[in-house]
Amino acid sequence: MRVTFTVNGRRHEADDVWEGESLLYVLRERMGLPGSKNACEQGECGSCTVRLDGEPVCACLVAAGQAEGREVVTVEGLAAYAKEREGSARTGDLAPVQQAFLDAGAVQCGFCTPGLLVAADELIERNPQPSDADIREALSGNLCRCTGYEKIMDAVRLAAARTDDGAPEVV
Amino acid sequence: MAPATGPTGTPTRLDEGAGTRAGVGDSPLRPDGTLKVTGDFAYSSDMWHEDMLWGCTLRSPHAHAEIRSIDTGEALRQPGVHAVLTFDDLPAATTHYGLEIQDTPVLAHGRVRHHGEPVALVAADHPETARRAAAKIKVEYEELPVVHDEASALGEGAPLLHPDRDDLPQGPPASSGPGGTPSAPHVPHPNIVHRQPIVRGDAEAAAGRADVIVTGEYEVGMQDQAFLGPESGLAVPAEDGGVDLYIATQWLHSDLRQIAPVLGLPEEKVRMTLSGVGGAFGGREDLSMQIHACLLALRTGKPVKIVYNRFESFFGHVHRHPATLWYEHGATRDGKLTHMRCRIVLDGGAYASASPAVVGNASSHAAGPYVVDDVDIEALALYTNNPPCGAMRGFGAVQACFAYEAQMDKLAAELDMDPVDFRQRNAMSRGSLMPTGQPVDAPAPVAELLRRVKARPLPMEAQWESVGGETDVRALPGGLSNTTHGEGVVRGVGYAVGIKNVCYSEGFDDYSTARVRLEVVGGEPVALVHTAMAEVGQGGITVHTQIARTELGVTQVTLHPADTRVGSAGSTSASRQTYMTGGAVKHVCELVREKVLRRGRELFGTHHPAWATAELLLEGGKVVTDGGEVLASLVDVLGEEAVEAEDEWRHRATAPFDLETGQGFGHVQYSFAAHRAVVEVDTELGLVKVVELACAQDVGKAMNPQAVVGQIHGGTTQGLGLAVMEEIVVDPAAKVRNPSFTDYLIPTIADTPTIPVDVLELADEHAPYGLRGAGEAPTLSSTPAVMAAIRAATGRALPRVPVRPEHIVEV
Ligand code: FES
Ligand code: FES
Repeated sequence: MRVTFTVNGRRHEADDVWEGESLLYVLRERMGLPGSKNACEQGECGSCTVRLDGEPVCACLVAAGQAEGREVVTVEGLAAYAKEREGSARTGDLAPVQQAFLDAGAVQCGFCTPGLLVAADELIERNPQPSDADIREALSGNLCRCTGYEKIMDAVRLAAARTDDGAPEVV
Repeated sequence: MAPATGPTGTPTRLDEGAGTRAGVGDSPLRPDGTLKVTGDFAYSSDMWHEDMLWGCTLRSPHAHAEIRSIDTGEALRQPGVHAVLTFDDLPAATTHYGLEIQDTPVLAHGRVRHHGEPVALVAADHPETARRAAAKIKVEYEELPVVHDEASALGEGAPLLHPDRDDLPQGPPASSGPGGTPSAPHVPHPNIVHRQPIVRGDAEAAAGRADVIVTGEYEVGMQDQAFLGPESGLAVPAEDGGVDLYIATQWLHSDLRQIAPVLGLPEEKVRMTLSGVGGAFGGREDLSMQIHACLLALRTGKPVKIVYNRFESFFGHVHRHPATLWYEHGATRDGKLTHMRCRIVLDGGAYASASPAVVGNASSHAAGPYVVDDVDIEALALYTNNPPCGAMRGFGAVQACFAYEAQMDKLAAELDMDPVDFRQRNAMSRGSLMPTGQPVDAPAPVAELLRRVKARPLPMEAQWESVGGETDVRALPGGLSNTTHGEGVVRGVGYAVGIKNVCYSEGFDDYSTARVRLEVVGGEPVALVHTAMAEVGQGGITVHTQIARTELGVTQVTLHPADTRVGSAGSTSASRQTYMTGGAVKHVCELVREKVLRRGRELFGTHHPAWATAELLLEGGKVVTDGGEVLASLVDVLGEEAVEAEDEWRHRATAPFDLETGQGFGHVQYSFAAHRAVVEVDTELGLVKVVELACAQDVGKAMNPQAVVGQIHGGTTQGLGLAVMEEIVVDPAAKVRNPSFTDYLIPTIADTPTIPVDVLELADEHAPYGLRGAGEAPTLSSTPAVMAAIRAATGRALPRVPVRPEHIVEV
């Protein structure tokens, strides 16, 4: 079958898609967007988290056909997505969460990072001043095996603080 | 989408991040960080090539069976299938591989020895086509009785896992193995991979001086590394008959040494490049899909990609050895250890993997970081039909630490002493002897680490009671499942400390190689660092840029992708890479510096007498005297020339342990960490919430403070996982019951507490910059500290990890 949907603001099309293919597979293997990760392919790790019409979903659990005609945002489009949301106030090439993950040392192997970034960005969009308990709850579907989460907590707190300041600075 | 010439996702040179300072001791940003947050970093599973095929592995559903026949006909006839391979298709005389003992078949031959063993391979134009074709391969098995524990492995008439094993040193057999199988003094039965006794002093006599004696039998479950990036890679056949392999691994050259003979190719025709590695933790020390992808690529003449899913990943790599440990300790009334006896049985599973080294570590660390002169230790690893076990963070030492720390608490309780005080009385320090007789000849701040975690203020009680008087169940055991509002919840506090060796041991020729080139690019001096070190997330590459800046006084450092075009870097394991490849980069930078200064003297020596007389340094892009006087800029000294050096670098030599007494200078360096765990336990339901897990660790020198703390956080959390949730469940038929993240649980952000870290920097004068390998020590003491806290809260003995609710509430 053919599927057509929007990814990061651009229309993408894929032909000869077998109906069992997931959105994750089509993004990674057919659309040249391997940023979303494939740590479990069973809906348990969150490494494949993308936004589907704004909702964070595990792309490995969404059949590609279900995305037909819809809007997908992946880590590759996160910076542009955040920029659009925040208007022109922001400088720098990265979304605040991306910069905060770098600054806080929240990236080791980085395999969990794309999914965590999409989920954390959505959290801050919804809840600009999350408490620690809110952060832990919102990110509890995103496994990380390297960091012990401490610096991920730091990064999300930092991103929230910078976003909340209104003038997110980039270090 | 991609050029036809090469795969997309090829690792790029990393040259960003990091400002001018960013030398040793700073925390510059990771050079791969930006690529990792934008999704542009190419992991091994992201590789893509025009025309590529997908490989798939057919695995054994049985733990032990004879293969009667394999029929690949129907699979081969499926449209889209390009090749189906079995053992009979292997191209060379070499058909087995292994880290130390080459006992692992590339594809099963006549017999499968564990659940999930690879039997056949398929290459097809779509991963689903490959999977469906694999399901059409007809394999006729005849099941065999399984060996699954010590009793069944060593019992009368036990089936032998490797009846023809030839890895044992020649010598008079201590006890002849069944059926005339070769045997050796340290391996009394052919189902024992390796055995290491360690005897020092006279434990029997010393036991007579003990006022109290405590014993215990402890058990450690099978833990999985659960790195998030699945086993994967891309093999591209080359015109010269060789193959280019893009792969995630811990040691490129070790892979190469095992891959090339099976392909029947000389090593120079197997060119390996490190792709992005999504974590490792020991699980990538052994080969997984490397040879399989190469075989399919060479057979089909097309690039072949293999990516395991999580289910297959649980079968695709070795795990942490499950262990049973018997311990006896004695102490005098005033709290001094008299002696220790123990026996540690590790389950190595079907193939040897790293078992010999795990046995060496378990035995040599069996007494922990304590002074005890009279010891009698035995550790061994079995061959069974369980999943193969090998390297995982802290191997051997993790299992021992869980047992000896439980023993320390038992002794303290028996003597009515404070558990920290008791440990401090027996803590080793510089100059103390290991059970192997090796002196610890560097700082060993065991008592101080304990003091620091204990001195920390305790976290607030009842944190679930929020300001508004409402209960936040997220802070309670059971969390959002809303199982308690605080009733039945009891707090407990526990302590533990551990000791772990750093680098490869027991006489292994452990070295790393670096190539460094300094030249002017765009008017600025730039250092190019090339090593084969596997960056698996630990941040070794960041440290390499820092070392090059510090040693060469430059700002710009470019990292060449890690590949086999430079000499071996050794493995990214045993907490060794900052020490070893960091050491190699430092050493080679010094060689480059010498060459630069020689060139400077030739060109400008007559301009200033200091060129001949002073100690010269490279700083801020200049040649300066140790007094700070600038003699020349690097740009002027280098001109059009590139200065380059390459060399191998070794740590000090070690020696094997004596096979009967275990005595020997076996380890390079020791690393120490201590933890205090604060837990809250719902004593009615057996649910545990770890509230805080504080760590103090001596790292010798914090090369990159942010990264080393990240290592401590990560190691601590894996130890927490082993304590309360992580176990691969293997049933008595030796089958794996829970190969998924649904059933094998690792800590989430909701399970993980705050982890305050206290970093000590007591230099080890034998090591580059005084540093101490840091990655593993925190994994050791985390588990027993959590368990001690749960015991304190519940009053239960809890001799097994992971602990389950039913252990806590069982009547
Ligand atoms: S890959 Fe989708 S949840 Fe793990
Ligand atoms: S950084 Fe490796 S899994 Fe999170």
